[in-house]
Amino acid sequence: MNSRLAERLAPWLFTIALFAIWEGSFYVFKVNTSVLQPPSAAFAAMARYWKVFLYHSYVTLWVTMVGFALAVGFGIVLGLVVGWSRTIYRGLYPVMVGFNTIPKVAIVPLLILWFGIGEVPAIITAFLISFFPIVVNVATGLATTEPELEDVLRALGAGKLDIMRKVGIPRALPYLFGSMKVAITLAFVGTVVSETLGANAGLGYMIALEGASFRMANVYAALLLLAFEGVLMYAVFAWVEQRFTRWAFRSQMSAAG
Amino acid sequence: MQAFVDIDRVTLTYSGASGDVLALKDISMKVRQGEFAAVVGPSGCGKSTLMRLVTGLHPPTAGTVAIAGEPVKGPVKMAGMAFQNANLLPWRKVIDNVLLPLEIVQPHRSQFRRRKAEFRAQAEQLLATVGLQGFSERYPWELSGGMQQRVSLCRSLIHQPALLMLDEPFAALDAFTREELWCVLRDLWEKLRFTVILVTHDLREAAFLADSIHVMSARPGRIVQVKPVDFPRTRDLQVTYERGFADIVHEMRERIAEVRQA
Repeated sequence: MNSRLAERLAPWLFTIALFAIWEGSFYVFKVNTSVLQPPSAAFAAMARYWKVFLYHSYVTLWVTMVGFALAVGFGIVLGLVVGWSRTIYRGLYPVMVGFNTIPKVAIVPLLILWFGIGEVPAIITAFLISFFPIVVNVATGLATTEPELEDVLRALGAGKLDIMRKVGIPRALPYLFGSMKVAITLAFVGTVVSETLGANAGLGYMIALEGASFRMANVYAALLLLAFEGVLMYAVFAWVEQRFTRWAFRSQMSAAG
Repeated sequence: MQAFVDIDRVTLTYSGASGDVLALKDISMKVRQGEFAAVVGPSGCGKSTLMRLVTGLHPPTAGTVAIAGEPVKGPVKMAGMAFQNANLLPWRKVIDNVLLPLEIVQPHRSQFRRRKAEFRAQAEQLLATVGLQGFSERYPWELSGGMQQRVSLCRSLIHQPALLMLDEPFAALDAFTREELWCVLRDLWEKLRFTVILVTHDLREAAFLADSIHVMSARPGRIVQVKPVDFPRTRDLQVTYERGFADIVHEMRERIAEVRQA
């Protein structure tokens, strides 16, 4: 088989293999279904209650996307501010690291207290958990502009804003798109944590409710749908990244460097 | 006669992590309008510091720097610069890299939108002069190191600067490409007659291109000798094999060996 075809098929084959092993282990080890459910049971549950699952998946998806959009907007602005000046960078960094260390699950009860049960705490949790990598990456992209290039521009009379517009921001774009891939998966975590603790809809709400009623097949179905949404959105942003910062993948300067 | 670049008894101290570093000490240097000056010296003698000093990117600790009679008190806002690393912007096509200075330097900056077509034509022409016609729509990563350096040269010259500062621009290239680019720079200079300060550690490069060679001592840097080079223009690469050329290179080499010992 030619290797490019193999590379394209690999994600599908690995996923199918994972499900096959999962399913197969039930027959081999005769696992009690109150401990673990086979994927076939989860898919069967999905098929049977497809309207319910579709609704809750939709709620989780839009809540996550709103929280994530806020995180991107806020993250870009704060990243630009932090990358602009060393003083702000040094001043804000410990605060941000400290804030990021706080488990967001500990804040959710506060958010529910303030905003009531529903979508708002979930949106805020998704936002809080996912803005940090965006800020750090945008700031890093700005801060690592080559000093010689800066000299070239300054000797031409460029001000700080010019250097930022012509070099800093385009240079930070691959970092931004790279961080968005990380942030989108984090945003799902935030949404689900909040939905588990206090919501009327969403996959997190479903997991909590069905879990409490020992309808484990439904729990697994919800988890699989959540994973699917995460992979889907990751793929969307990976595509956007490729599309808009093609140069970063082709030149020696890469987002990872 | 008034010097175009006039460095007058300049001392420059960096405050580093392990105490102050005396980079330049009581250095004086004059370059005439339209002169091609080369600065050579042992490594770490503060040649690159000199570049930042002349362009106003770093202020002197003592002494004065003047360009065209005006004291330098901040970035000069007009000098072209090129370094060993081409430093092109990978997200811009070659032509847009070359046009970058016109988006920044006045008065081109405020005319940029209106005269874009004209500027593009100028850039295309300049690219053609350095042998890059047909490459303007490529991206920098699609070019070889020598070609990238040609683009970098074009970028430093597109706004027709009165002063061009070159910091070892050919040091990372192979010998053949380097000699090719010497001739490219020679031709550009003979056509446009800007003032050049070329920092290099390649003595043949200095002798082939420059009107005068300024030899710097080891740190703290001082100018210990100014050697005029008066081979007739236009110089052919053939000149580098002549007796007189070899003599100059030898003399410089000995001078640098002395200052390295000292």
